[in-house]
This record gives sequence, C-alpha cells and structure tokens, in this order.
Amino acid sequence: MSKTSLEALPAEGGLGNEPLLAVDDLHVEFATRGGAVKAVNGVSYSLDAGETLAVLGESGSGKSVTAQAIMGILDIPPARIPKGEVRFHGTDLLKLSEEARTQVRGQRIAMIFQDALSALNPVFTVGWQISEMFRVHRGMSKRDSMKKAVELMDRVRIPAAKQRVNDYPHQFSGGMRQRIMIAMSIALDPEVLIADEPTTALDVTVQAQVMELLAELQRESNMGMILITHDLGVVADVADKIAVMYAGRIVENAPVHDIYKAPAHPYTKGLLESIPRVDHKGQELYAIKGLPPNLLAMPTGCAFHPRCPYRQDNCVTDVPPLYEISGTRNSACHYWREVLDGDQG
Amino acid sequence: MSETPQMGQVGPAFPDTQSLTENPPPSAPPPVEQAKKKDSKPASLWSDAWYDLRRRPMFIFSLILIAILLVMSFWPSLFTSIDPFDAKTCELSTARQGPSAGHIFGRDNLGCDVYAKTIYGAKNSIIIGVATTVITALVGGLLGLLAGTRGGLTDTIASRVTEVFFAIPSILGALLITATFRDQGLGIWIVVIALSVLAWPMTYRIMRAAVITARSQDFVLAARALGAGQSRIMFRHLLPNALAPVIVIATINLGGFIAAEAALSFLGVGVTSPDISWGLMIADARNRFLEAPLPLVFPALFLSITVLAFIMLGDAVRDALDPKLR
Repeated sequence: MSKTSLEALPAEGGLGNEPLLAVDDLHVEFATRGGAVKAVNGVSYSLDAGETLAVLGESGSGKSVTAQAIMGILDIPPARIPKGEVRFHGTDLLKLSEEARTQVRGQRIAMIFQDALSALNPVFTVGWQISEMFRVHRGMSKRDSMKKAVELMDRVRIPAAKQRVNDYPHQFSGGMRQRIMIAMSIALDPEVLIADEPTTALDVTVQAQVMELLAELQRESNMGMILITHDLGVVADVADKIAVMYAGRIVENAPVHDIYKAPAHPYTKGLLESIPRVDHKGQELYAIKGLPPNLLAMPTGCAFHPRCPYRQDNCVTDVPPLYEISGTRNSACHYWREVLDGDQG
Repeated sequence: MSETPQMGQVGPAFPDTQSLTENPPPSAPPPVEQAKKKDSKPASLWSDAWYDLRRRPMFIFSLILIAILLVMSFWPSLFTSIDPFDAKTCELSTARQGPSAGHIFGRDNLGCDVYAKTIYGAKNSIIIGVATTVITALVGGLLGLLAGTRGGLTDTIASRVTEVFFAIPSILGALLITATFRDQGLGIWIVVIALSVLAWPMTYRIMRAAVITARSQDFVLAARALGAGQSRIMFRHLLPNALAPVIVIATINLGGFIAAEAALSFLGVGVTSPDISWGLMIADARNRFLEAPLPLVFPALFLSITVLAFIMLGDAVRDALDPKLR
C-alpha cells in the first residue's frame, strides 16, 4: 500500500464539482483478423457517491467492455483505448501506472461478475478468499482476517457464516456464491462498486434478494454503484439514473423515472415494450425487429436506423449527436421529440 | 453436489427484517466443536490437502513403499549381508543358478547374487528417476507458468526454444550429452542432466496449456478486478489450478526416466559396471532371458513397484488438491 500511488487521488470529496467517477468520450477497440472492432465509441457517463447508475443494453453493446476499461482489466492487446478518460476524483485512471491502478482496484473501485461460480477460485475456501483481501491489502494476520471474513459473510447474510467459512465455492448455491463475491468486493470499503450483470445467472427470487442486498449495502456505505444489466425489470427499483447503450454508444441517459414514463429514444422504447407484462397476457410479446449491428461493419448514420420505426432519410447519413432534452436527460435520436410524444411505433 | 445450502436462501429462512448487525444471526448455533481442526484457523489449500491426504489409504500405502525404497537406497546393508561390489561374492561357476538358501533371487550371468544387486541398484535408479522428475517439473513447470501467464513475447520465445529441444531425437541427444561429458567425473548425474535437458519441454507444454486454460477463467479476471498483482495471480490463482496435470505427468514420467536410464546403460553410456542400477541389470540379463529369467524379473519388479508407488502418490496428491473430489 504505497502512499505515493494513491496520493494523486484525494481520499474524500474531490475537486470542486468533479463527480466521483466520470467516463469521458471513452473509445475501446479490439484488434481482430477482420480489422478493429469498435466495441465502445465515445461513451460518457458520471457517477456520484451514493448514486446508482444502471447501464442498460443488449449483449455486445459495449457495456461490460466499458466497465472493464474503468477497472483496467482489459487485455491490452488485443484491446486498445485510443481515446477517452476515466476520471476518478478528477484523476485520469487511464494515465496511471499499472502499479497505481492495482492500488485503486479492489480498494477504491471494486467489481462483481455475472457468474459467481467461475469468478471464485475453485481451489480455495471462501473464507480464505475473502480474508485474502485483508491480508494482502491491509496486512492483517490470518486469524484477524478470518474473523473479518466471517463478519463480512454475516453482513451479506450468509446463514451460519462461522460454520461455512471453510467451505469451498462449489459447496454453495448460486445466490450464496454471489453473496460471497459481493462480500469480497465490499471488503475494503470501495467508493465505487461495478456490478456486471450480478443477477443474470440467478433465479428470479434470488435475484430480488441479491439486488436488495446490494441496494442496502450501498445505502449503508454511500458507495457509488454502476449496475450493468440487460434486464429493465431489475433496474427500476434500485437505479437513480439509466444510461442505455447501443452499439458502443450511449443512446439515451436519464433519471430512472423519466425513462419509464416516456422514453426518448426508439431503442429504449423498444426495450420497454419488450418487457412481458401481466396486462398483456395472451398477446404476442413485442420484440425489436432485426439484429444488433455487426461491430465490424456498422451501419452508416445512426447505428439503430436499420431497426428503427422512426427512421427518416437523414438517419441513414447523419450520426445523431447526443441531444440535450433537459439538464439531466439526453437522447441520441434526431427525432427524440416524436419518440417522446409517442407519435409513432 | 450439496444442494442443502440452497434451502437457506429461499423464503423466510432469510430474515430481511433483521437489520445489519455485526453479530451472527440468531439462527446460527454456537460454533460446533467437532469441526475443531477447521475452527478459527484459516484453511489454506495446502493444509486442507494435507488434512485430506492423511486420510487416504492410497497415500499412506505409497508413502510406506517410498520410505522402504529410500531406506533401501541409502542403507542397503540393512537388507542384505552380501556386498555385490565385492568380487569375491560372485562365482562364475554358479552363473544363472536358480534361487537357493543364501541367494533367494538366484544368480546372474557372472554368478553374482541378484537379490543383493537389486537392493544396491535401488540407489542409482531412484536418484536418477526422482532427480530428473524434480528438475524437469521445476524447470518446465516454472517456464510454462511464466509463459502461460505472461503470453506475448515471453511465450513466443519460450515456446520456440522448447521446440528446438523437441526436435532433438531423445536417444541420440542423450547419447551425445553423456558421451561428451562422461569424463567430467559427474557419475550418474550425467544421466540426470541428459534426461532433464531432453525431457523438460514436455512438462513445459503441459503446464503452459493448463495455465492458459486457467487464465481465461473468470476468477482470474475477478482477482485482477479486486486488486491482485501479477505474481499473486500467477502463484495463487493460476498455479494451483494448473498443477494437477503436471503432477500426473511427472509421476508417470518418473518410471519412464528409470527405464530411459536402462536404455542408456544398455548403450553403454549410462550407469556402467561395476556400478549397479536396475536398468543396467535389466540390460545385462536380457540376452539370456529365456535361460535365466530371474535376473531380469527381479529388478524389473522393483522398478515397477517404484513407479507404481510414485504414481499412486501423484494421484493421491492430485485428488487432494481438487476440493471437488474431497
């Protein structure tokens, strides 16, 4: 824990109104045989302490890649970050040395993953893995760190934590494993927690419990949380604001209630309409037509235009900028007014 | 696997109303004393594996066998009063005689006692087998771990170098090395060196492949996301998950090395008379195998038992290192 590497990052607060974490015009490419795949094309979002940002989008929209770029765990190469900043307390993480970034990871910004079974090391007991966080980063003794591990397991509501601390990951159920993963990630009281589809691998009842746990831990510690998901249902209760991603760009961002009330981008609208609803029982489930774009051969103009019911001629040629709808709301659609008013579709 | 813990998280077993106290939930019974060995002390991979190993009959059995073989290697006079290095104990007139009272394994081509030679031969054979296995596992294993973890240029260079070694025909290579350095006074260690130089690339490849498989798994990414440095990832996350195939191949190779020593001895460059090794005995006896099978059968039997003991040991260790098999 060399202080030098963390010096650049003020412990509390920040510079002026600099948000806790700000992603600014981030670009990520992957070198492949077919050329550079542009997975992330100019994503910007920001997060304050105690705030939950939900990043929504289908597979391949670049939401996980953005998160991995924030964490600095992309394999470079094949990945490349040609442009952009990730500012944490105003310091651009992308410019820090690998050593300094390792200090940030886990201690200041932590991440949990979709499949907790594969995200836990199969050959170590869960207690060992949780307590390792304290031994490595806090220099605690084995005995003390083990006590802390049991405390943490209690805190994430693992029943009989004391008896189960020496069990192996495969001896736990999916929901319990995800709780262990959460315990590891909050062990060092990070300021930002990135949850990459934390409930996708779980069944519905367990999903709700895990989400509730995350929300509660966040309230307690005033963490900023980035919740990456493709499930709009999961988002509604916990998120403060939503960023919708499509083909590596943010197509809409807004406070959570605005989006549910009236989406301002046809893609968001499509997502909302494809949620199964009780009052539409018996009717055919709505699906957005077409397929996500090939990142190697992106459509011209607006990337969503081949699938868009609001398409006009200029959508095919002009890339829509992120129009400002209100102080807190943006949409990357030339016709956001029509979408907002629900004229069509 | 155990499905019971799943019950714990469904429904009312989960008192959400109970707020976040630091105390254990009331449902948790006081710490059970029967789990004494696991209590308070963090169970590490190795201590758990050791705990598990001590309860495996196969491990105990192989350990006893190996202990006997080691005692035999270093204190052969405990097992036999005949000193095979003493020429007076051999009588040409009794060559290839069958078992008799003083010579339970019979006599070999030169009329020497087969039992005494087998006992005394253990030392060289076991030293060659174990030393070569350890050297190849360490060199190949570490290089493979490094190449698999780092990838990129490190991997490319290491892999091209191993391919050069793979391209050397093993018997010719060993002949070349032993013949070149035979006058350096290295004794049987020249055989160890020759075999190690030629055999480490196999361990390297297996370790590298296993590490690459482990590297692509989520827990490595998760470990990085939680702030683990490269050496921690290498030794804590990749190595334990890649060790199993290396242990298996190492223990199987051990027998192969003892057999390769026999082949070199047969060609006259390995262990040479008047030194004794099982390989040399087998090589000497095989011309007259049909006439007198025993001088070949006994060292071969000991060789098989040695190999078996180490394979059983390797198997037990591999199983103990995999928590899912406990």
